[in-house]
Amino acid sequence: MPKVAVPKLAVWKFASCDGCQLSLLDCEDELLAIAGRIRIAHFPEASRAVIRGPYDLSLVEGSITTALDAERILAIRRKSRHLVTIGACATAGGIQALRNFADVREFTRIVYAHPEYISTLSHSTGIAEHVAVDFELRGCPINKRQLLEVILAFLQGRRANIPEESVCTECKARGTTCIAVTKSTACMGPVTQSGCGAICPAYDRGCYGCFGPKERANTASIKQDWETHKGVSATQSQQIFRTFNAWAAPFRNAAEGPPEHG
Amino acid sequence: MAKRTTKIIKVNYLARVEGEGALTVRFRSGQIEDLQLKIFEPPRFFEAFLRGRSAVEVADITSRICGICPVAYQMSAVYAVERALGVTVEEPVALLRQLLYCGEWIESHALHVYMLHAPDYLGYPDVVAMAKDHPREVERGLAIKKAGNAIVTVLGGREIHPINVRVGGFYRLPHKKELDALVDLLQHALEAACDGVRSVSTFPFTQALAPPELVALQPMLSNDAYPMCEGRIMSSAAVSADVADFEQTFEEIQVPYSNALHSIVKGGGAYLTGPLARFHFHQSKLTQRALDLISECSRHQLDLNQYNPSQSIVIRSLEIVHALETAIAAIKSYERPDKPCKDIELRSGTGMAATEAPRGLLYHRYSLDDDGRILDAKIVPPTSQNQRAIEEELRMILTGKAAMSKAALSQLCEQAIRNHDPCISCATHFLKLTIEDLDGLSGVDASAN
Repeated sequence: MPKVAVPKLAVWKFASCDGCQLSLLDCEDELLAIAGRIRIAHFPEASRAVIRGPYDLSLVEGSITTALDAERILAIRRKSRHLVTIGACATAGGIQALRNFADVREFTRIVYAHPEYISTLSHSTGIAEHVAVDFELRGCPINKRQLLEVILAFLQGRRANIPEESVCTECKARGTTCIAVTKSTACMGPVTQSGCGAICPAYDRGCYGCFGPKERANTASIKQDWETHKGVSATQSQQIFRTFNAWAAPFRNAAEGPPEHG
Repeated sequence: MAKRTTKIIKVNYLARVEGEGALTVRFRSGQIEDLQLKIFEPPRFFEAFLRGRSAVEVADITSRICGICPVAYQMSAVYAVERALGVTVEEPVALLRQLLYCGEWIESHALHVYMLHAPDYLGYPDVVAMAKDHPREVERGLAIKKAGNAIVTVLGGREIHPINVRVGGFYRLPHKKELDALVDLLQHALEAACDGVRSVSTFPFTQALAPPELVALQPMLSNDAYPMCEGRIMSSAAVSADVADFEQTFEEIQVPYSNALHSIVKGGGAYLTGPLARFHFHQSKLTQRALDLISECSRHQLDLNQYNPSQSIVIRSLEIVHALETAIAAIKSYERPDKPCKDIELRSGTGMAATEAPRGLLYHRYSLDDDGRILDAKIVPPTSQNQRAIEEELRMILTGKAAMSKAALSQLCEQAIRNHDPCISCATHFLKLTIEDLDGLSGVDASAN
């Protein structure tokens, strides 16, 4: 029988909540079909069996927070033909990047009685700060439809079709009335990349930025609008930018910039 | 053969658990000299960066501790903050929260039972390999999981890190027809879940063990309820404490080899929370179909009353049936309240809450300043609480087994750990097993990592 080379998939974990890799197992209708097209060669959350690298497609979840992990990602890059980060942690350092604005030694003392047992870096950083990344899939968590598109695009040898427009575009498509306009809600939709399906405004709350900054996001302008028209304090608007994508440059700069007054 | 002294087993990366952990066992002259369940998931410092954040952010922020059980984090977080603010949510809102939690129990348990745990009993490395020979089992598991996720998606907006829970209630209440549309899916999942109980109850189980101290919630609002969102803390060794006294009852200690803290009973030792504990105290309060299935099991000589962690797969499957029936009943009785959320006034206070996450008790405490900003936060996840009991159980299981092959020992240890569905991402988060053999065999990675 002719031997068909089935591409090998690896899933790697760094500091994270496991939610993005769980998205793969949450593809209840597609999981077995995917497993027929691509060989799951390294996915410890799902399997004891490990097939040696190199790997054709590596999905990387989580951020780099330890010296050991900073070395581990180099080794993973060397054995990965195509490397895709999945989620806000791997792409922007995640919620744990809030340490980047504080003293991590103090953080360790708050959580652990014996901080000397804990080894950790002062910063939590995305994978692209350490190695070349072929594609970054956004989201906290990622959208499983977008994950399937990334895997399918890889199998078909094309670029993944992941729109980079703002959440507002998805919100309009969904037919949701703009809550920033009608309810004066501090909504991050205009500065946040789409991908979630604009869930929050459809549930009567402002977008809180899970998918990170959209391209050319006008963060200064939206911050000014919140602070002058929506009753948001400077401290609050800083915290709005400092959540799951706090270390992504546009949000980082927006939070650090002086409060602007019109 | 040379005189044997010591043998060390290492599982460097425990597979099919959520997060990163490892196990090292050292035998000397056939006796266990040391055993360490290590959690090397890097710390993420939630309790530290919560300081200074607003109390209204707790549901969104703490859900990110765990992608497998985000609803559990949201529930313990909002109930704790509501207690700090002196707010009690209306009953229909509390019932909707229970419905959301049922969705998470269903999807989290189905993930564990069918995709992570069943391959141990049927002898496969993973669910994909298992699906080739047991497609019906796997399809059944996926269908049940999908039904649980459907509840979380409708009510929470999405299955992972849902967005609809807030301090005081929800952002948006579902219309009755949105929930009614789930009933068919849930009914089908219920039939699948009942078949699932019958199927897993025929799996090969290991022997019963001496039980550890078992800890679960004892519901207060409704005495005949199986625990989930509220209750006092009770134990099999005479502990009965209000949740507000959790920290007077239990303490967290740090061990040098793990990034997760160990929780023990103050002045006592290890204890276990989770399905085995809940079932031990409250099995009579399960829903009717679950009770019928327990009788069916006992007719087939399966004794669920003894403490046998290898049967936890049956108990989780029964809890799935319970959660599905509870969810269907909640949907049928649902009438949309007028307001999704109580008015909240931010002020100072301290509040504690514990709820039953799928894998065990989850405790949160928040102290707030006058503006409702968090001064201090404490989160004790189930895996921190279960870690020491799991270590002690491994010692029991491994006693007299030093002569077994490393591969067999590794499988035995891994399965024993998976019996408790540890969520290492929660406890900080990875599992890696080391079996050291100081008899001349050098430490070998039992995992293929």
